[in-house]
Amino acid sequence: MIDFGYGLTPSATLKIEKVDNPLFAELHRLEPDVTKCIACGSCTASCSAGVFTEMSLRRVILSLQRGREKETLPMLQHCMLCGKCQLVCPRGINTRHLILSIGKVYKMEDKAL
Amino acid sequence: MSQNIVVIGGGPAGIEASRRLRDLGYTPILIEKEPVLGGHLARWDRLFPDGVEARKVLEPMLADLDGIKYFTDTEVSSINRLKDTWVVKLSNGLSAQVRAVLLTTGFDLFKAEKKEEYGYGIYERVITNADLEDWFKSGAAPQFDDVKVIGFVHCVGSRDEKAGNRQCSKVCCVTAVKQACEIKERFPEATVYCFYMDLRMFGRKYEDLYLKAQKECGIRFVRGRVSEVSEDIDGHLFVKAEDTLFGKPLKIKMDMLVLMAGMAPAASTAELARMVNVLPGEDGFFLPHSLIDSPCTCAREGIFYAGTATGPKTIPETLSEAASAALAIDRYLKSPQK
Repeated sequence: MIDFGYGLTPSATLKIEKVDNPLFAELHRLEPDVTKCIACGSCTASCSAGVFTEMSLRRVILSLQRGREKETLPMLQHCMLCGKCQLVCPRGINTRHLILSIGKVYKMEDKAL
Repeated sequence: MSQNIVVIGGGPAGIEASRRLRDLGYTPILIEKEPVLGGHLARWDRLFPDGVEARKVLEPMLADLDGIKYFTDTEVSSINRLKDTWVVKLSNGLSAQVRAVLLTTGFDLFKAEKKEEYGYGIYERVITNADLEDWFKSGAAPQFDDVKVIGFVHCVGSRDEKAGNRQCSKVCCVTAVKQACEIKERFPEATVYCFYMDLRMFGRKYEDLYLKAQKECGIRFVRGRVSEVSEDIDGHLFVKAEDTLFGKPLKIKMDMLVLMAGMAPAASTAELARMVNVLPGEDGFFLPHSLIDSPCTCAREGIFYAGTATGPKTIPETLSEAASAALAIDRYLKSPQK
């Protein structure tokens, strides 16, 4: 939908054509396995924090790929790095290293991790 | 005297290829390590998408083995190159010198107990797709009482790097949908869930079966892989997954869980590959010359493949590949010798 700029609320559509993500490329360089994710949700299903909070590693990865990194901080700040996601991930992703790398690349160290 | 050809593996691919080779005027020597021919098909009750009985496919094949020498309970001891022939020695003491060897060694069902988090072999109410077929085939009633909630877990040991099986096993999605419909017929009051990562309904009529499962059988599909299973004091199961389309984790109590064990390379693949001096693919299956236009040949002269030895396939795909392997062998044997 064309945004003429007169709306009271910003468009809720996903602007994937605007995703130009050098930060994600940097994350991929640090943790190449990030693109191995097949969004099966095993991490979220076993997440100790996910039962009570909005933490979902599956959604964090997707949000970063869609250029919506702002949405990831409220999720990631609940992570306790317990490592259960790493135990169940069928793709063998080092989720601990991934989460710490996200914090590093997206400068979240002081805020969350 | 007609020319001998050794066919290793007496499943659908090996039987079908042997019949085709016999029809072309050769004498196939079919070798099977198990006591009976038929491979995994002999164990299966019904086939997707229409629910045709597996025995209706297998029995006509087994009734048509005239002109084929076959040995059950027999393994290959060695295969050696001698000039332009292969010398195949068998565990029963016999040996054959042939110009062509066809490898139809198939697949092994993934050992579901390897995924410990699902509790197969630990929790009584966790069974596999093969166990369910055994049960359907034997007609023996389940040993569990009050089966009201049943779950199917797709991709057990498939697309799983930790289990060493990165590939999609291709047939389990539609098998799960078929089995979910069948179990619903046996337990009409039960609620049946399928936990999937992606549903791959690639074949003709598969999508129709999937729609039927939802419309007529009321199967509930949840997009999310089961992450872990635990047991309560009565032996009922707690299953954890994320409904990834909704974006929320869930935990549900179940009375029975069926694990869709996928296809893994046959244990014999590595040893046979060493004997004929070929390198299997990274995934552990035999690697043909080309996956596009020469799926039955390989770099070694006189060695041919058919069926799931080169990766997961359906029964019709296996049978047609067996036929094309027979033609490839015929063409090879008729070409002028170098």
